Amino acid sequence: MSHFRAEIRQRADDLVSLYPRKRSAMLPLLHLAQEQDGYLSDEGIAEVAALTDTTPADVRGTATFYEMFHLEPVGKYVVGVCTNIACLLAGGEEMLEHAAKSLGCVVGATSADGLFTLEETECLADCNLAPCVQVNHRFVRTTTPATFDTMVEDLREGRLDHDVPHHGTLIRVKRQGGLRVSKDEVAAERAVALAARTARAETAVQAATAREAK
Amino acid sequence: MAMLDAPAIVSSRRDYDDSFTLARYLDTGGYVALRQALTMFPEAVAAEVDAASLLGRGGAGFPAGRKWSMLRRSPISYLVVNGDESEPATFKDHYLVERDPHQLVEGVIIAAYALQVSQAFIFVRGEFALGLERVQQAINEAYSYGALGSKIFGSDFSIDVVLHPGAGAYICGEETSLLEALEGKRGFPRIKPPFFPAVTGLYGEPTVVNNVETMSNLPWIINHGGAAFAALGAGRSTGTRLFALAGDVKNPGVYELEMVKNTFRDLIFDPALGGGLRDGRTVKAFIPGGVSAPWFGPELLDTPLGQDEVAGLGSMLGSGSVVVMDDASCVVRATWRITKFFSRESCGQCTPCREGSGWIERIMYRLEHGGGRLEDLDLLLDLCDNIAPGLTWPPQQTTICVLGPSIPSSVHSAISMFRADFVAHVNHGGCPHD
Repeated sequence: MSHFRAEIRQRADDLVSLYPRKRSAMLPLLHLAQEQDGYLSDEGIAEVAALTDTTPADVRGTATFYEMFHLEPVGKYVVGVCTNIACLLAGGEEMLEHAAKSLGCVVGATSADGLFTLEETECLADCNLAPCVQVNHRFVRTTTPATFDTMVEDLREGRLDHDVPHHGTLIRVKRQGGLRVSKDEVAAERAVALAARTARAETAVQAATAREAK
Repeated sequence: MAMLDAPAIVSSRRDYDDSFTLARYLDTGGYVALRQALTMFPEAVAAEVDAASLLGRGGAGFPAGRKWSMLRRSPISYLVVNGDESEPATFKDHYLVERDPHQLVEGVIIAAYALQVSQAFIFVRGEFALGLERVQQAINEAYSYGALGSKIFGSDFSIDVVLHPGAGAYICGEETSLLEALEGKRGFPRIKPPFFPAVTGLYGEPTVVNNVETMSNLPWIINHGGAAFAALGAGRSTGTRLFALAGDVKNPGVYELEMVKNTFRDLIFDPALGGGLRDGRTVKAFIPGGVSAPWFGPELLDTPLGQDEVAGLGSMLGSGSVVVMDDASCVVRATWRITKFFSRESCGQCTPCREGSGWIERIMYRLEHGGGRLEDLDLLLDLCDNIAPGLTWPPQQTTICVLGPSIPSSVHSAISMFRADFVAHVNHGGCPHD
């Protein structure tokens, strides 16, 4: 019995098939588990373990290494405010302070209504728009306390649902197309090409030797 | 005066709103280079890149052609593209994956053909949700266009490209750590030797790892020839490069400039580029190549934007990120924030980095927030010396990867350049700027 919804399970199976080894699908699969549950639930972790031929302990041990994975439930919107060097120089710390006040929760906590979790992030690579704010890893291009509050209002009213999907890093990443031939066929094709390349290299060496002999 | 007449090699489509679509890409010369490359022998394609003397654009600046040729003896199994851009204040790859994903994909296919690799992975930082969508869309379009898949454009070359999302870890920009993440493990950098994934890479097989910007240069190099690329710039720094300008400037942004022909002063002050500092302020210090690099003072503003030119002065061009701090900024706070970053991002494998980064961060915190002592300055330098003995540049290596030895850069720079600021913090019992 799959814990993943049918649609997510299908995407999960497709992801696993893309890699030479199942375990390589670990990070994208964890993104999917988080997309469904909002965080990495025990059931989600167990399913990823089954899909990658690993154990839940192994999956959890991997997941804890990465900042984007939540091991506990978080708000519907995870708000990240950057305070790294470029944002620091542009008032990132003040923005984070304002965000805490505006959302009614301290850094790392979730607001009482369960809507918002606030995080202090490292550089989000959007430094020309410092200070940077992300919501569910979508750049919201808000740079002043006033625009931040407008954004929070818009999120509450659901006006940004299209721009800021819930915990869906890969929600719109849908792969279409593929090799459509067997890996063996491709391997055979490569072997022929490599043999030809080796032959060309040898011919070149022989020609050079012949020139030298002259 | 800034020299701005060089061609835009990787940012030529920056003025188009739809620069990321296949239609726009084809309309602006897209996939012509790939068709051309497929008519050439793979080794001839590699020779063009060699002739271009293209230095890797990720940070270390290793010649891309050499990275490829090290593998010619044994066939390569995988091509992996590093788009895990996380060096603070570096945002050039972010621009490339979001705004010009087809250029990246075409570059990847050209590289794969030159290396005769049929499986490539593009690793994109997980926080770039839109970038991930754009790259996947470009891959999908390339499949339906016939540029990806089996026997592309009717040639005898088949290739599959898989997009792999990161999940939030600065260290995964380190190539062996990235490979671990691609194998579905914690992003621990691998012990060296072997130094190069070219020898032992993904699944222990020969692998080439190249940066997003490096790949994005390839279509132009094939279209115009390696010699045309090498004619730009000077010395070892050929071609153009994307510079991410951030901090206290009027127009922060990503600018493509010919290597060496412009200086930091041009980048920061030219009206067409940075436009000078805000509110008529002056430069207190600037970081020439990402927060891992030692800082420069205003007396070095006329240094050319070239790899060796910056290295010769004891720092690095690194990731192409330039951060400007004006005369009103607090260098102690800036240093504290940078060390906090390293402390958070240390993977924890090696003691000097794991313990050192946290220890330095706590001392920097107390200096900035009151509670600092004069002897903290010597203690900080002593700690730095333990992480990178001698505090030389490039630093001595005491750890598996270069994250640890990057920690002392900002601390050592700030104390040497602005000791009085630190003393003022101690005497004031906190930050005098507050």
